[in-house]
Parts: sequence; structure tokens; C-alpha cells
Amino acid sequence: MADFPDDLRYTTSDEWVRLEGDEMVSGITAYAAEQLGDIVYVKLPEAGQQIEQSEPYGEIESVKAVSDLKAPLSGEVTVVNADLDQNPAVINDDPYGQGWIFRFRPSNPGQYDSLLTAEAYEAKTKEG
Amino acid sequence: MEKETPLYAEHVEAGARMVPFAGFLMPLQYSSIIEEHRAVREGMGMFDLSHMGELRVSGPDAAAAVDYLVTNDIAGLEPGQIRYTPMCYPDGGIVDDLLVYRFPDHLMLIVNASNIEKDLAWVRDHLRGDATVENESDATALIAVQGPRSVPFVQDHTDTDLAPIAYYHFTQGTVAGRPAVISRTGYTGEDGVELYVAPQDAAPVWETLLAAGEALGLKRVGLGARDTLRLEAGYMLYGNDIDHSTSPLEAGLGWTVKLEKDFIARDVLERQKEEGVQRRMVQLEMLDRAIPRPHFAIWQGPGDVVGSTTSGTMSPTFNRGIALGYVARGAAKAGTDVDVEVRGARHPARIVKKPLYKREAS
Repeated sequence: MADFPDDLRYTTSDEWVRLEGDEMVSGITAYAAEQLGDIVYVKLPEAGQQIEQSEPYGEIESVKAVSDLKAPLSGEVTVVNADLDQNPAVINDDPYGQGWIFRFRPSNPGQYDSLLTAEAYEAKTKEG
Repeated sequence: MEKETPLYAEHVEAGARMVPFAGFLMPLQYSSIIEEHRAVREGMGMFDLSHMGELRVSGPDAAAAVDYLVTNDIAGLEPGQIRYTPMCYPDGGIVDDLLVYRFPDHLMLIVNASNIEKDLAWVRDHLRGDATVENESDATALIAVQGPRSVPFVQDHTDTDLAPIAYYHFTQGTVAGRPAVISRTGYTGEDGVELYVAPQDAAPVWETLLAAGEALGLKRVGLGARDTLRLEAGYMLYGNDIDHSTSPLEAGLGWTVKLEKDFIARDVLERQKEEGVQRRMVQLEMLDRAIPRPHFAIWQGPGDVVGSTTSGTMSPTFNRGIALGYVARGAAKAGTDVDVEVRGARHPARIVKKPLYKREAS
């Protein structure tokens, strides 16, 4: 079953964000990974790429379907998880750990506070 | 409101993700599409296909009447034989593709779930002579067991000797103690059997096979893997790859069109055959990591759209994107390099010799 770690914030489009010093790390939630099924391809952003909150920065494909990846906050990509290129299924296995997608430097860190808490996000997934 | 198959409770209990499909709530996947796909390719998998439709045609003229409705030869079927055939509109477009089972005293038409009502009306309106059609879909459940280990496994649960049942043949017997039509057919590219049973027998047969099979690697398989399996094997799906706007000749089903007999659309198809069709169904594989989906444009050379995809997925066996689609006659040859447009960007692909996946002869 999907889990919802307390130390993360969440978007309504099923991304998670973790604060790590001045930077933040993001990926997709266990709930989203479960809904997608076997993830077979991630079109990653590039380091240096500017991202804008709620705008697509990449794509994620499962056997069945393709979805946009949306930026949880605005900022600049600093590092991407290049392992996903060879092993995208790690997102299914460990969405909050080895399945992280990218690290970024937020241009407006205050946006973090507007994201959903674990409790609010979990409630949202139950609404369907 | 979607209908439930007699195995609905089994699927829910197994934790399947249930999705609406062709008017039914069906299991999309139980664990993972890739795992379920591999089970069928390497061992065995079991499918609930009870959503499929069964139309019984009976009466003294049943065989001749069905023969006139479809493009393939039905009059020549022996009892125990099965034939795949398109059924066409007078303009040559396809009403449905189906299997015809020849029983001693009647025929059974196995039709796509999405087409049951349409087919029933079409058959009823076009039956000739002394023949009647009845919809037995709700009185029939269908369980498929597919994969290289499926036939020896099912053999342990039936007194019927399966070895003499050739591909596209069937017999009547019992499986797990319940009456069943045992059919050597499938939609996966693997050897296997399909078991038609009464609705009340579906759960006992399913449970017996599952209890005995799980230790041997038998997995429940949902519609997700059914789609990836059939796409690798190059099997078409009505509503995606064929429909009223496509003819059997365009779809590469010329081998099912028997012009030496009379049937609905014969003259149109004869003319198409003489003149040649302008587009043809092809199977293609991507040469990079892109994954094709339905309705993606297919390009040849710098500036020409030569067709579009009708089905596409990530192939678990080949670990790359594959698709079916129609392309202009000149681009249909195996080995032709094309591009598939995936969300605005062109990605290299190649037309392959159908089927991309073919099991090794056993």
C-alpha cells in the first residue's frame, strides 16, 4: 500500500518534495507510482533547466500510459537522477528514496509552505 | 453501470485493479503488467475472459448462414474445428472479428465484448434460411490458461487427453470436475487452452487451477498484459486496429477472405484485391526509447506522413516500444525505416516482419 512520509510535502499532481539544506529534492509519490503501474521510461529534465511551479518539466511512462511530470515549485534543476535512465522501475520500488527524480534550487522557497502536508495529501488520494 | 463477470469477487479479493472495459469491470493488473506478461511468456498465466460474447447459431442452415455472414470458410468446418474470421459490412468494413466453433448441431460465435449487441443484431438481421441466433454471453464464462507450461498443467486437471487437440480445435470434457469446452486457442502468441464453463462453475475451476498452479508459477493475468502480449504477437484488437473504416485486406487478413464463396462484401473485397489497397497494417518497433501509443503519426523521409499507429505499448519481451498501424502501401515493406511522432518529436522506428514475437516450435 502507498505510504505518505510525514517529512515531505506533496502536490495535487502527485509529486513529493523534500527539503535538503538550500535545495529540494522531488519525485512522484508511492500512490502515483502504484496508479501508473510498471514505470518504463522517464524523460528527465536537464541540470540548469528552469522549472516553473505546476508546469510540466518531464514525462513519465508506464506500460499503459504516459503522464506529465509537473514542477512542485519554481527554480533551477541542479542534479537529475541519471540512474532512472537505465532503471526507471526503481520509482515503483522506492519512490521516496532511490526513485527520486531531480534536485533543484527553489527561486521562491516560500512556495513550499503552500504544498500539501502528508495528512492532506493522503486525504486527497482517498477522495479519488 | 458496468457488469461483473462471475469471477469479479476473485479479482477483488486478489487485490486486482479493476477498470471498466467494454461494459464490464475487468482486472487491469493483479501485481505488475510486466510480471504477468513474463509469466505467460516463460511459464503460464490465467485470464478471466468472461466478458467475451458467445452467440449460438442453430438450425438446419446454420453453417451455410454463418458462411454467408463472414469472409472465411465456415461451410467446410468439421465438428471440433475453430476458425478465425472477420465479419464485414457490405462496404467491406469490419463489423467484428470472431472465432467460429463448429459443434455437431450448432455453431458458436465468440465475439468481442464491446460488440455483443451490435453483432447480435447484425447476425439476426442477416441470417439466411432456417437458422436462429441466441445470445449466450451471460450464460458462459471463459478462462484462458496460456504459456509454455499451460497445457501440461491443465492436463493434470482433466480426463480429456489434450495432446490430440490441435491448434484451433476444441473438445467437450470436464476440467476440475466441471463441464467445459476445452479449446486450443489464445491471444497471447503462446500455446494454451481456453475453457468455456457455466457461470457457476467459473469460480470453482479458477480456484482449483490457482491453488494447484501457484506453486508452479501460475499467475493471474489482467487486461494490461493481455494487451502487451497480443501486440507483441501482432494480433489486432477490434476498435483499435480494425473497425468499420478498415477492410480485412488493408488489415493483412487477406488469408481469411475466401472469394470462391458467396458472402456479404465479397464483390467489394474482390475489387479491392484486384486493384490493391492503398494502405496496409504493419507492425513496427522503435529504435530509441520512445513509446508509441494509438493515433501517433508515422513519417517517412523528411516530409511525408505515411500513416498512423492504431495500438502501441512498451514491449516487456523486447524492452522497447512497439506498435501496430496503417501505412501507405509503399511504406509497408518489412525493413522500411520510418519515424513515429511522439508528442511533437519524431523518433526512429522500423517496420518489422509480422509477428514480432513468435514462440519457438515445440
